[in-house]
Amino acid sequence: MNTTFQKITLRHPYLFALGLLVIALGVNFYLQPNLFEQRVLSGNLRIFLPLMILTAGQAIVIMGGGLDLSVGTMVSMVNAILVTWITRESTGAEIATAIAVGASAGMLAGLFNGLCVSYLRLQPIVTTYATSFIYAGVALWILPRPGGLMPSELTKFYRSNPAGIPLMIWVAALLILLWVGLRGTRYGRYMFAVGGQAEAAYATGVPVSLMRLSTYVIAGLMAAFAALALTLSTGTGDPRIGDAMTLPSIVAVVLGGTRLSGGQGGIAGSLIGVVILGTIRNIISFADVPTWWQTFVDASIIIVALAAPGLIRLIRRRQTQL
Amino acid sequence: MKTTDLKALILYPPLLALLLAIILFFVGGIVRPGFANLNQAINIVRLAAFLGIIAAGQTLVIISGGEGIDLSVGAVVTLGAIIVFRIVDGDNSMVLPALGACLAAGAAIGLLNGLGVTAIGIPPLVMTLGMAGVVQGIILVVTQGELIGGPAPIMSTLISRPLVWEIPGVVIIWLLVGLIMWAVLERTTYGKQLFAVGVNRTTARLSGVRTPLIVLATFTLSGMLAALGGFMVLGFTGSVFLNLGDRYLFPSIAAVVVGGTVLAGGAGSYWGTMSGALVLTLITSLLTALQLPESYRLMVLGVILLVLLSVYGRQRGLRQ
Repeated sequence: MNTTFQKITLRHPYLFALGLLVIALGVNFYLQPNLFEQRVLSGNLRIFLPLMILTAGQAIVIMGGGLDLSVGTMVSMVNAILVTWITRESTGAEIATAIAVGASAGMLAGLFNGLCVSYLRLQPIVTTYATSFIYAGVALWILPRPGGLMPSELTKFYRSNPAGIPLMIWVAALLILLWVGLRGTRYGRYMFAVGGQAEAAYATGVPVSLMRLSTYVIAGLMAAFAALALTLSTGTGDPRIGDAMTLPSIVAVVLGGTRLSGGQGGIAGSLIGVVILGTIRNIISFADVPTWWQTFVDASIIIVALAAPGLIRLIRRRQTQL
Repeated sequence: MKTTDLKALILYPPLLALLLAIILFFVGGIVRPGFANLNQAINIVRLAAFLGIIAAGQTLVIISGGEGIDLSVGAVVTLGAIIVFRIVDGDNSMVLPALGACLAAGAAIGLLNGLGVTAIGIPPLVMTLGMAGVVQGIILVVTQGELIGGPAPIMSTLISRPLVWEIPGVVIIWLLVGLIMWAVLERTTYGKQLFAVGVNRTTARLSGVRTPLIVLATFTLSGMLAALGGFMVLGFTGSVFLNLGDRYLFPSIAAVVVGGTVLAGGAGSYWGTMSGALVLTLITSLLTALQLPESYRLMVLGVILLVLLSVYGRQRGLRQ
């Protein structure tokens, strides 16, 4: 048997994603030679950042054995809160309050999801699908039509490069650092245990319901931060701006080597997954793919990428049988 | 009848959902005078029929277990409708060939989903999600944004207009689909094996069920039924647009769950899904009739869905 191969892929679930990323970036660089110039690079990274933050939260929920279909509408909701609260004349204190309110709204929404899933024991997919309507409704109630304008200092800050490194790299590094720290703690071990075998975890004294609840709260908080990044990036508000981000966040987690069944995976891979999705988009637009073909090519590449680990497993099994 | 039998009958999910639908209908009549009349009832059953037919395949996929879910049905509904729209082009004699082409396309997409899930081991959720993107892509490539064609007159006669007494054709077709689904699930080897696979794949395999084949067949059927749904929807709307089927995707899953089919697989019925489709359609019609602003409508819909799902969507407690 391929024990070493299995061991390495299990311990470092992001390795495959890293390989894909290198290939994707290579193709992108070939088509767009100025890709690694700082201006182009940080422009790209700014676009990826909101989905990266959102995906980090989705990954936590999935590793804990759940799924959250409401994260996108949470982004819309917090975006609506931020743009109605912050105006061009807002002072620093007002802005800080608005961000705190937005973060609390995200965590409350996550708490509600978590209570339904862990204490009422409702099935995650349908529950978060149902709650996504509630958050979409709240977003529309707060901000009936697109509008609002962020102060230019804030949008400028979002485009800044502290210490010469794009802001997004700092955020991604912070997310990975937090994850590496969290993974080793009791919380991290409990989370994997709950995601892998909830009954066994319960039998050995892990507070299963509390753990599940906490993963949804984290996802809600991450959705709020994703909304903040998105609001600073666009500089304006739209009550449906985040709705389409839910499904990509799940695809990115799976591309990054985290299993949907839970109990395994990581944040680094999920973030790589987001960059892969974005790079595929880049490649398509620079490869002069005709407009009508773009969706098809994009989706086909994603399916091939999703299928690749399974195909490798299939081929290896066949080889060992021979 | 013993009280335990009566209790079991009342708690039988399809019946409970049907009762709920009837209560909702009369509540609608109280809240909004003029809501509860025969025409409105027929209209609601007709709208529910489209969702019900689309949710038939979803029911099979969810019963098959293994986190089975089909997120490509929305895109397949659109594709099916567009294929028929283009081939028929207003000509009655082309309806049957068009239906054949539409079902074949749906089956092919379902087969690909099934292969991805069984042979390669991609989780159904992301496999069908990716496939939805591919189908959307195919639609864009083929149509290039220009939707040429037209429905045949016979389609609206047979589907959306009153056919027998006041009953529209699609309702009769829906009842037929219901009978066929019941027969398939309860009276065929495939049905028995499908439930076995849904309960436990390993035991099913060990008792001689060819598990991958059953899963493959199930996804193929789901694609076909979604395409049939597209055909029906076209007969009702008479026109197509690029995201025609999207609004049926998640309601098709909700209808299955409200009808008492367990998302974990292995238990459920199509009668339940039919009742679930009625309940969901009633709720959306009622909310529309109340003329609430969209924001309130979405919030109320979310809360109602949550309450409905909490009746059957509850999972086993860890202590049990």
